[in-house]
Amino acid sequence: MKAGIVSYGAYVPRYRITPKEIGRVWGSDGEAMGQGLNVYRKSVPSPDEDTITISTEALRTALVRGAIDPQQIGAVYVGSESHPYAVKPSATVVAQAVGATPNLTAADFEFACKAGTAAIQTCLGLVGAEMVRYGVAIGTDTSQGAPGDALEYSASAGGAAFVIGREHVICSVLRTLSYTTDTPDFWRREGQKYPSHGGRFTGEPAYFRHVTECAHQVMKASGTSAKDYQHVVFHQPNGKFPQRVGRQLGFSEAQMRYGLVTPFIGNTYSGAALIGLANVLDHAGPGERILMVGYGSGAGSDGFDLETTDEIARFDRSFGKPVQWYLDQGQELTYAVYAKFRGKIHMGED
Amino acid sequence: MREVAILGVGQTKFGELWDRSFREIGIEAGLQALVDAKLSSADLNALFLGNMASGSLIDQEHIAPLILDYAGLGGRHLPAVRVEGGGASGALALHQGYLAVASGLYDYVVVGGAEKLTDVPDATASDITSSTADHEWEVVFGATLAGLWALIARRHMHDFGTTREELARVPVHDHAMGSKNPLAHFRNKLTLEQVLGAGAVAEPLGVLDCAPLSDGAAAVVLGPLEVARRHTDTPIRIAASQVACDTMALHHRKEVTTLESTVVAAQRAFTQARRAPRDVKVAEIHDAYSISALVALEDLGFVEKGRAGPAFASGQFAPGASLTVNPSGGLKAQGCPFGAVGVAQVVELVRQLRGEAKDRQVAGADLALAHDVGGTGATSVVHLLERAG
Amino acid sequence: MSIARFWRETPRRYNLGGSKCTNCGTVYFPPRGVCPECTHHRQSIEKMEPFQLSGDGEVFSYSVVHEPAEGFEMQVPYILALVKTKEGPVLTGQVVDIEPKDVAIGLKVRATFRKLREEGKAGVIHYGYKFAPSEEPPTSLVPRGPMGTVPAPVASERDRAPA
Repeated sequence: MKAGIVSYGAYVPRYRITPKEIGRVWGSDGEAMGQGLNVYRKSVPSPDEDTITISTEALRTALVRGAIDPQQIGAVYVGSESHPYAVKPSATVVAQAVGATPNLTAADFEFACKAGTAAIQTCLGLVGAEMVRYGVAIGTDTSQGAPGDALEYSASAGGAAFVIGREHVICSVLRTLSYTTDTPDFWRREGQKYPSHGGRFTGEPAYFRHVTECAHQVMKASGTSAKDYQHVVFHQPNGKFPQRVGRQLGFSEAQMRYGLVTPFIGNTYSGAALIGLANVLDHAGPGERILMVGYGSGAGSDGFDLETTDEIARFDRSFGKPVQWYLDQGQELTYAVYAKFRGKIHMGED
Repeated sequence: MREVAILGVGQTKFGELWDRSFREIGIEAGLQALVDAKLSSADLNALFLGNMASGSLIDQEHIAPLILDYAGLGGRHLPAVRVEGGGASGALALHQGYLAVASGLYDYVVVGGAEKLTDVPDATASDITSSTADHEWEVVFGATLAGLWALIARRHMHDFGTTREELARVPVHDHAMGSKNPLAHFRNKLTLEQVLGAGAVAEPLGVLDCAPLSDGAAAVVLGPLEVARRHTDTPIRIAASQVACDTMALHHRKEVTTLESTVVAAQRAFTQARRAPRDVKVAEIHDAYSISALVALEDLGFVEKGRAGPAFASGQFAPGASLTVNPSGGLKAQGCPFGAVGVAQVVELVRQLRGEAKDRQVAGADLALAHDVGGTGATSVVHLLERAG
Repeated sequence: MSIARFWRETPRRYNLGGSKCTNCGTVYFPPRGVCPECTHHRQSIEKMEPFQLSGDGEVFSYSVVHEPAEGFEMQVPYILALVKTKEGPVLTGQVVDIEPKDVAIGLKVRATFRKLREEGKAGVIHYGYKFAPSEEPPTSLVPRGPMGTVPAPVASERDRAPA
């Protein structure tokens, strides 16, 4: 494929909260919950942050790193399940904020946690068909779990932006294919504040089936097996599912290491696999092969067979923060302040 | 241009006037001034009314004819004009009235100032007063009027070593003065500890560093000096009336710790009056915030730039000193109904110059200065008043 | 609040688009049509050109605000600052991602993109610049541990047996 990743950037908000602190309020052993999920801390957005601001920060980082003229961007797509507006695309605000308007196409994507990877596929098509010079695909979320629900321990905020193009590609896309079915594992009806889910149904028939099937199909089409990849990134709703599916597919801890970010920042939904990929690219040298399999409830998996190029050795990451910085840092909040920041406290008249 | 005198003064109590409407307080002050000037309303030629924000505070624009009407003068078809310049509205109205009489076009003019801040919730009133700053480029980004003055205070502390305690001396002084003023919003005395211990508003400014939200009205009658003695035994001559403006936003000023508009207005006023700062015995300065008073004393020329903190703390502006500041209690203790403040300052100074200020009297007061500011200094107005011969 | 009045300023509020006088070189934000520095305004007419600020600057003054401006209620106490940009213009804005005790005059900051206010739950969201520290922030963050570990909890004073 001619099109590939030209630049990338990630952003995770500053605040954190621990499962222990959440459990303390709801009368659960939060620490045990965290261990069970392999989630130690999750990120919490400030009251003045949302999917639009996080996407903008990530994209601004990507554009500076890649020395990309924003006026050369032909498409911006923001994938999220927590867009600030139900009608009025996040992509238009992000495009304006990076100086890409007015000569471009834009739209928002939704496919639970795989809206960002779906956007990458679309950009690959536009760039490959030479309809645009650069396409931007962003996956960002500030999702919430219902108070006291299992999802509250992991649902967090963050995002990553990928610039797709044909020039100075730092990571080429050898192949992408997807596996999609109508599977109601996790959903949110229009107007509802929090999502609903099928409990254990979200496991085998949903996440594992789609990720495994998609991974097999990518490797079959590429004639590869797990040992051919230096890195693997999965969608990661917690820190356990990706480790289990990785082992099932024959991947080692070392291969999964950089792609696994959820234990330190929580499940950033549409951002999760993309932030994992960003962390891999932060650490990768030239000629390293990467398998990425995203997953979105509803359900579907997008698989990517990627390989870094020689260009990545010249790629300047000095602007913005490396993903590792966001994994290591964070200011812990009490549940009360977290609830205030996340709008869970009733403020009176609506 | 002929000389202009103040022939009469009037003022309502300042405070939370729940039972009094805007119309009522405007008229009360105006009629008091007319009576004090022994002027029949039949001789009145115009009304100038200072008011900052009646549209947002009481949903009423076009208030000058409203006051004229309810004073019984609507049928006489006098000119009535509202004047606005943030917190300087009252002093600007006085400047307009002064120009009107000095020009010879009008003989007798009432200048009023009125504001009702308590008909809306406190937070709303604060937002409305913040609209005297640059709304698009300061307020939208999180600035309040208190926050902007706090930025000035922090820099003043950084550049000159002004201390938190020196700031706190201003409200202590104002309340000591206000305790003797029957019209003051606050008549309680304050200690330094109370001011320092009060809740923070925008650090380093606390609740007691900030003027209150008050209702109130004040008025003066102006007329030609040459006929003043028909109306009063103690005509007060307006020796100078000067206005100067500056950039709207604090971030566009040359120096954040100097209000150039005050510096220039004061220089022009002293030039006009052929006097100097050391000649002033009593002054009413715009102390919306404690830092405002210290910066004003420097910018008016009463003390060297950066030295107002120690000078004020050492009693250089207290009763008995060569210059007494804010005998009314200032905006902090007398109160802060924005549009009325500039006129109320002049009412107090007239009483001082006439020798009628009772236990607030500054001995030997012969030259007085009134200083009013809009926003963080986009407008400053300085008046110099003296006993006419 | 006005839709058009906010929308009109997005090139300034989102992108820090200012102007520069090509006669004297002074940079302005927000942009101006005439240059106050040039002695006669006629010298600067048609000499003003668009100029993009980088967003880099330092704190010139600051205040921790406890009684908020409209829209900032959920962030009290927040840090308001005058920021002197490296190109010259001074801006007013909030400093974020830092504890009030760590702000000082001279702190190096960079413009970031945040929500300014919302018109309630159903209205338009207004975005614009705020400022974040541009250098490694000080100690108010969780200490670094090696990748994959969270530092083990340290026994607190309360856990120790009385002496």
